[in-house]
Amino acid sequence: MKEITIVSGKGGTGKTSIVASFATVAKKNLLVDADVDAADLHLVMSPTVRYKEDFKGGHKAAINQKICTKCGKCIERCQYNAISADFIVNSLSCEGCGVCVHYCPVQAIDFPQRTCGEWYISDTPVCPMVHARLGIAEENSGLLVSLVRKQARILAEKQNIEIIIVDGPPGIGCPVIAAITGADAVLIVTEPTLSGMHDMDRIIDLTSFLNVPALLCVNKYDLNREISDSIINMAEKNNMQFVGSIPYDRDVTYAMVAGKSLIDFSNGKAALAVREVWNNIESYLQRGD
Amino acid sequence: MKIAITSTGKELTSEMDQYFGRALNFLMVNQDTMDFEVVKNNSVGLLQGAGIQAGKIIVDNKVDVVITGNCGPKAFNVLNTAGIEVITGAKGRIMDVIEDYKKGNLKPSEKPNVKCQLV
Amino acid sequence: MIISVASGKGGTGKTTIATNLAVSMDQPVQLVDCDVEEPNAHIFMKPQITLRLAVNKMVPSVDMELCDLCEACGKICQFSAITVIGKKVLTFPDMCHSCKGCMMVCPNGAITESPLEIGVIEKGRSGFVEFIHGCLKVGQPMSAFLINKIKEDFTSDKITIIDAPPGTSCPMISAIKGSDFVLLVTEPTPFGLNDLVLAVKTVRALKIPCGIVINRCDVGDMKTHEFAEKEEIPILMETPDSRQIAEAYSRGEMIIERVPGMKNAFRELFKRIIREVRK
Repeated sequence: MKEITIVSGKGGTGKTSIVASFATVAKKNLLVDADVDAADLHLVMSPTVRYKEDFKGGHKAAINQKICTKCGKCIERCQYNAISADFIVNSLSCEGCGVCVHYCPVQAIDFPQRTCGEWYISDTPVCPMVHARLGIAEENSGLLVSLVRKQARILAEKQNIEIIIVDGPPGIGCPVIAAITGADAVLIVTEPTLSGMHDMDRIIDLTSFLNVPALLCVNKYDLNREISDSIINMAEKNNMQFVGSIPYDRDVTYAMVAGKSLIDFSNGKAALAVREVWNNIESYLQRGD
Repeated sequence: MKIAITSTGKELTSEMDQYFGRALNFLMVNQDTMDFEVVKNNSVGLLQGAGIQAGKIIVDNKVDVVITGNCGPKAFNVLNTAGIEVITGAKGRIMDVIEDYKKGNLKPSEKPNVKCQLV
Repeated sequence: MIISVASGKGGTGKTTIATNLAVSMDQPVQLVDCDVEEPNAHIFMKPQITLRLAVNKMVPSVDMELCDLCEACGKICQFSAITVIGKKVLTFPDMCHSCKGCMMVCPNGAITESPLEIGVIEKGRSGFVEFIHGCLKVGQPMSAFLINKIKEDFTSDKITIIDAPPGTSCPMISAIKGSDFVLLVTEPTPFGLNDLVLAVKTVRALKIPCGIVINRCDVGDMKTHEFAEKEEIPILMETPDSRQIAEAYSRGEMIIERVPGMKNAFRELFKRIIREVRK
């Protein structure tokens, strides 16, 4: 079984549209949406939820006003200014360290574990899908990412799945680290802009820090051919496998509006290029055996 | 010799779990008698530090050798500090893996084989 | 006054809106790039950096001469950042949330703090705009911590524009918390709308008023407009899908300098924001 995570550093480079197309072209595959705080893949994959479960996140302090003597020891010790002068915990600031709970002389502070979202196993017309929804203004997206990847692996083993395709979140922080760690390869989807290039640099550093091989693909390459060329040069210098360019094509947006993957919707130039990119990825993963 | 193997199930015929910190169970196997006991990994749902807490479970159970798939630097550090041998990169059915170990085919790792899951 | 520019979905044009809004103003303004994982505003602002501060997180260090292995530190720590194994105490600095619990609870005063660098804050100037951004060290997971540090630091006697990170979780919340207004940048596509709905819920959970900017307003469908109308959120600006804008962006150029009429459009946007804040 192989697992490939698709990331970009910068948001909006077209990751999710490309992933949906991969899922349609690939065989014996499973799809994971690991962009849990702005998940979009379900909009084009039409999943039917077969199983769902609550996601339990961190603990947060809650002061019981009936017991509290307002001695102020909790306020003194909290490093996050999360307790107001009238002894209400601001759950957005509370990091769940439990120091106030430990030091409350009258045990007035509860420390419940919170339900921070849900995760799902679904069927789509082309393959199974594991995805999740993080609650509004909730934390621990990194753990939820680890959880959906773990569940995907369990499911893949049961169903003899050969390839797990993971749609990763933007950035390089905790959920991205959780989406990349231990994957067989990472595909970086970038765009030929100075911002895209800058962000790509940082995600390349992250993949080498985490010791995961990275492949590179340039989306909307015809937007600025000069920058596209320097990106491809850079990939070669860094010994990264370049797996292809995808042209700008309005069909990508039209497919999204139609709620379909690009491959199902169009036979245009972008759809053809995405197929080609997937073939290159597949042969890379098979070579790795 | 007490061997702890990360396991997806509760039998010697179960498949190994490829994760250490977030393994579902540990099978604690007596190498000579093949008697075993199942220790549920309470760290599996931990927010962070699953590897460290799982390492503590192993230390508390006075294990000599750990056999797993992937072990990150933090868990490795804990096990190493307690003088426990760590074998990574193993996969398959528990009983086959132990047979392999007895034959001397599995060698202890000198360092963690994956970067840490930071969350 | 603090105006945050945010979005659920990445790549909708937050940085373009934030930088062009800052530069088009005719009063002192401060631009703060809080997208510390992937900061991009400097590519467009090209600021002269005059100050560089390392941001440290305080993490425990243990004096084994004083430690009696009582394990109180390991028990209070919710993050597994400190633990006693045999006769040693192991610390895992990248797990630490700097709550100081272990220091407080140690009966022997064996634990002190030492700094761990997680990123930098840089300050400078670009024309009339005061510029601040943070940059997270690659491999560090806690971007929200760095964002909070940037925000502890800036002056609020002038207009402040915050370029927030994408998404709806901790980094985005840390960036927009305490703002007077949030400008949500989106595009009229199903992905854009889905993430906009999440972002609106988040902004409302924080009780901050918001408005919408629709970029590439002619590419998708009308559902974003319908949503805005239903939720009574004002659409404060729309920009068309234009090759000219996309190319200027790709080269790191400001669109108010490349596209005629844009400077006035951004000034109008600012007036509308002020009107909304005063409501």
